[in-house]
Amino acid sequence: MSEEIEANAPETSAPEAPQAASGPGPAHARPGGRPGGRPPGGGPGGRGKFFRRKKVCKFCTEKIDAIPYRDVRLLQGFVAERGKIVPRRLTGVCTTHQRRLTRAIKQARNIALLPFATRH
Amino acid sequence: MSRVYEVMFIVRPDAAEEDVDKLIAGFSDNVTKGGGVVKTVEKMGKRKLAYMVRKFNDGNYILLTIEANGAVVLELERRLRVTEPVIKFITVRIDEEEKRLAKVKALRGVRRSATPTAAPARAAEPVLEAEEAAEAI
Repeated sequence: MSEEIEANAPETSAPEAPQAASGPGPAHARPGGRPGGRPPGGGPGGRGKFFRRKKVCKFCTEKIDAIPYRDVRLLQGFVAERGKIVPRRLTGVCTTHQRRLTRAIKQARNIALLPFATRH
Repeated sequence: MSRVYEVMFIVRPDAAEEDVDKLIAGFSDNVTKGGGVVKTVEKMGKRKLAYMVRKFNDGNYILLTIEANGAVVLELERRLRVTEPVIKFITVRIDEEEKRLAKVKALRGVRRSATPTAAPARAAEPVLEAEEAAEAI
């Protein structure tokens, strides 16, 4: 009995699924277009079952366009303890801003506003 | 075709204040002689350096905003490299960045003024059309 039900269920759902997919499928192919949305596979080490709560890009929400290298306090939030630049998957920054941020951090390092590497 | 640059340099901390001023004046003259314009001079004061530079742990930061062409900047950089009290410098070109920022701001201004009037009108029309279609059927 249960087998029949189970057999029926996939059958009914299978013909529907391609139809549903063909319509809104391509449009909603990847919700990761907006900053902060990520496919579930991008969780911790790619193994997370749950969707990590969508981290939004701080710069996009606050509408900060330019990231100056002089603003050390802002940059320090994206630099780890040892001075390394924190990856985007941990901070939730979007790609464009991460690139600008990296550039600013490297400029700041060159002018001794941020360290290259710290050691205890 | 003048480009806008930001030049930040660090002067050694044991240099006297007047020496620093003399340096800045010297660089500004250099720029104006080459046909550039010094927009702003900002003395950011003594700061602790993130790492040791030429055996110094802190330095006097100075920021110059310049509008000039490439040759002037080249000359300025050469001088910065040669002057003894200057221990580090960086030149960043900012005119493209400013252009982009201005564009984004303009777009935001247009969007802000456009949406409040456009949105309600557009929202009203399809609703009416839907109702008419439903009644017709």
